[in-house]
Amino acid sequence: MEFFETTRPVWYALLILFLPLGAFCFNAFGFRTEFVKKRGHVVPLLGIGTALFLSCSLFKSVVFDHHGTNPEATVAEDSHGVAYDDRFVYWSTEEGLSFPLLEAGDFQIVAGILIDNLTVMMLVVVTLVSFLVHLYSTGYMHGDERYPRFFAFLGLFTFSMLGLILTDNLLLLFCFWELVGLCSYFLIGFWFQQDDPPKASMKAFLTNRFGDVGFLLGILLVYQLFGTLSIPGLEARLRSGEPIPALYNWDPHTLCTLAGLLLFCGPMAKSAQVPMHIWLPDAMAGPTPVSALIHAATMVAAGVYMVGRIFWFFTPEALLFIAVIGMMTAIIAATIGLVHNNIKKVLAYSTCSQLGYMMLALGVGGYGAGIFHLYTHAFFKACLFLCAGSVIHSVHTEDMREMGGLKSKMPVTYKTMMIATLALAGVPFFSGAFSKELIIEHALYWGVHGGILHFLPALFAIVGAVLTFFYMLRLMHLTFWGEPRNKERFDHAHESPPSMTIPLLVLATLSLFSVGWPIPFLGGHAIPEMLPSPPSAVAEALPSIEGGEHGHPGLGYILTSFLVALLVLAVGWLLYRRTYKDQRPGPDAWVRRFPQSYATINGLYFFDEFYQATVVRAGHALSRTFASFDQRVVDGAVNMVGTLGQALGRLHGAIDKTVVDGLVNSFWHLSHLLSRMFRRLQTGNVQDYLTFAVAGVVLVSLMVLFLGS
Amino acid sequence: MTPDISHYVFIGSVMFVLGVFTMTSRRNAIYILMGAELVVNAAALNFVAFARYRGEDLSGQMFAVFIIVLAAAEAAVALGIVLQLFQHFPTIDVSKSNTLSE
Repeated sequence: MEFFETTRPVWYALLILFLPLGAFCFNAFGFRTEFVKKRGHVVPLLGIGTALFLSCSLFKSVVFDHHGTNPEATVAEDSHGVAYDDRFVYWSTEEGLSFPLLEAGDFQIVAGILIDNLTVMMLVVVTLVSFLVHLYSTGYMHGDERYPRFFAFLGLFTFSMLGLILTDNLLLLFCFWELVGLCSYFLIGFWFQQDDPPKASMKAFLTNRFGDVGFLLGILLVYQLFGTLSIPGLEARLRSGEPIPALYNWDPHTLCTLAGLLLFCGPMAKSAQVPMHIWLPDAMAGPTPVSALIHAATMVAAGVYMVGRIFWFFTPEALLFIAVIGMMTAIIAATIGLVHNNIKKVLAYSTCSQLGYMMLALGVGGYGAGIFHLYTHAFFKACLFLCAGSVIHSVHTEDMREMGGLKSKMPVTYKTMMIATLALAGVPFFSGAFSKELIIEHALYWGVHGGILHFLPALFAIVGAVLTFFYMLRLMHLTFWGEPRNKERFDHAHESPPSMTIPLLVLATLSLFSVGWPIPFLGGHAIPEMLPSPPSAVAEALPSIEGGEHGHPGLGYILTSFLVALLVLAVGWLLYRRTYKDQRPGPDAWVRRFPQSYATINGLYFFDEFYQATVVRAGHALSRTFASFDQRVVDGAVNMVGTLGQALGRLHGAIDKTVVDGLVNSFWHLSHLLSRMFRRLQTGNVQDYLTFAVAGVVLVSLMVLFLGS
Repeated sequence: MTPDISHYVFIGSVMFVLGVFTMTSRRNAIYILMGAELVVNAAALNFVAFARYRGEDLSGQMFAVFIIVLAAAEAAVALGIVLQLFQHFPTIDVSKSNTLSE
């Protein structure tokens, strides 16, 4: 019993992990039963609800009661003297609760569970959003012919995502990583009878494969360098200060950077970072609850989570790369969001852009800021998507040009979406404001401590924030405000059922009642405080490199970023007013004024065309080459063997026909001839026989007479 | 001139050849039977002649007597066969009674 007491969090975690899998199995294997056909949502809802409850309980026990079992990890100090005490780590490999999965010589993979602040926070986010999306789907997917299957996939996805969060080694993380990708593929292509979803799911799957190749190579390199794939083991190994072995005469630092960059390839594809973001907007072909759960709140954030999980592994150079990629994504996706007319795609590009912000924050060393933005973003973006789903459900179109004036028809959806919009834009006192300001703070801090070019991320983040506010206002304007542009659709519009509006209200509350505030009943902690930045372990192990650690910005930065945020909002609002309210210059005038830029942005920066011309064409050319090789060489060889066999067969046949058959036939002919000859003698007449006998006797007598002597 | 062994052998040979010729050339079953009798009697004549020529015992004459008996039995059986043949086919021409041949 004491064993169970001391290892309680691990049992909780296992239960949280396997409840959604159980729900999946129930729906997947019981799909013939009437209960599942009619009430396919009951068991998944119960399962995920229990998991949510357990997650909250685990969150409380780990974050506030400090029920960790790693006594040394309570407070450790990094090189800058900053206490870093988020390591109330509970990992099952030390508790006799590990499961050896694979052993081959020295190589062994032990499946264990790693529980720290980051884990439990992610658990709460995933189970909460998943639960709300389950609830929402009961309304949104009502009447779909594959209703139970949808919930089965949601369960499988939740299981994979929770596994990804809980696992303590890179290889298993990779396995769950692939599994979420697979679920994403299933769910994007859920309506597989239509044209777009199968294509979109294929595109998402293939794009992710490109990133995952890098991820896998990174894992191999890490194993080659450190001989372990366990995340706590890896961190301990790095922090022990043991020198890192050099491979093939390569500098250890370069190797670590390379490993970091390779590992980052995975998140780059999964979190839709430029230039691998192309799959995310297309993924909107899936059902809207899926877009909210997988392509906004959780799976795409898995990349950010993964970078955060091994944040200490990245060298300053690798972090620089991450920052640049994040910066590019933030701005490029935001500009596309300005011109798109599909409500879901605008939100998709917005997600892309916000993921860019998170990566940017991690890249500039704002670990807490990046992860915190992940949390706030998960709630308000899920809310935005579910609101969009509610609108689509009501007007049966995704084209915003067909909407307008829905404010009066859908008051709950409108209000919740407005709150989420303000949160996304970073209006003070909404949740997004805190995380976004933190990011700008860190970017500014990074700029101040670097060269002039180091200000670029901060600049891009600020411009991106202006664009974010503007495109969200545009979205609200086209959807809810103004005059209805399609009378028929407007007349049919109606508020969604409670099963859909309740999740909206919960998520809007979470966006409004910001988790960024010091929460009184949680002991006065703010979430970023619970996530102090773990110092770079690689930099510590490599004393020749100046530490890649960034300190914490002071009050000056906080004030500056607050002012910047206000400025951003002011500019965004002004732009919106001039464009849409006063029509000076108006959206069409903007297009006329910057035709080139508009064409580029509207063409989505021609990423698809670029890939079409390079990767896809190269792939086609390669497969054509292989096909022709297959046809000419392989088939040729096979055909040659065939032809040879045929010729040999013919030769053999000819020999058989002429020589063997000829021999056999000649015997036949001979005996035929002889028998034809001799049958003349066989007259059947006894008298003839007697004559022959007498003739024979006479002959013999004559022979004896003349020759015998 | 007293007849010696050569005359007997000559007579026997002539009888034998005539008998064989009759057997092979005649179609009538009776004639064939008669040919056979000639051949048998030629053999008997030779037995007697050679026995006399050797002059030791009477074994040749013994064989001659046996042959006569045999010829009588043979004639009886053969004539029976000929009668049966005539009953079966309305002829005693042996070339007509060929239903066993192919």
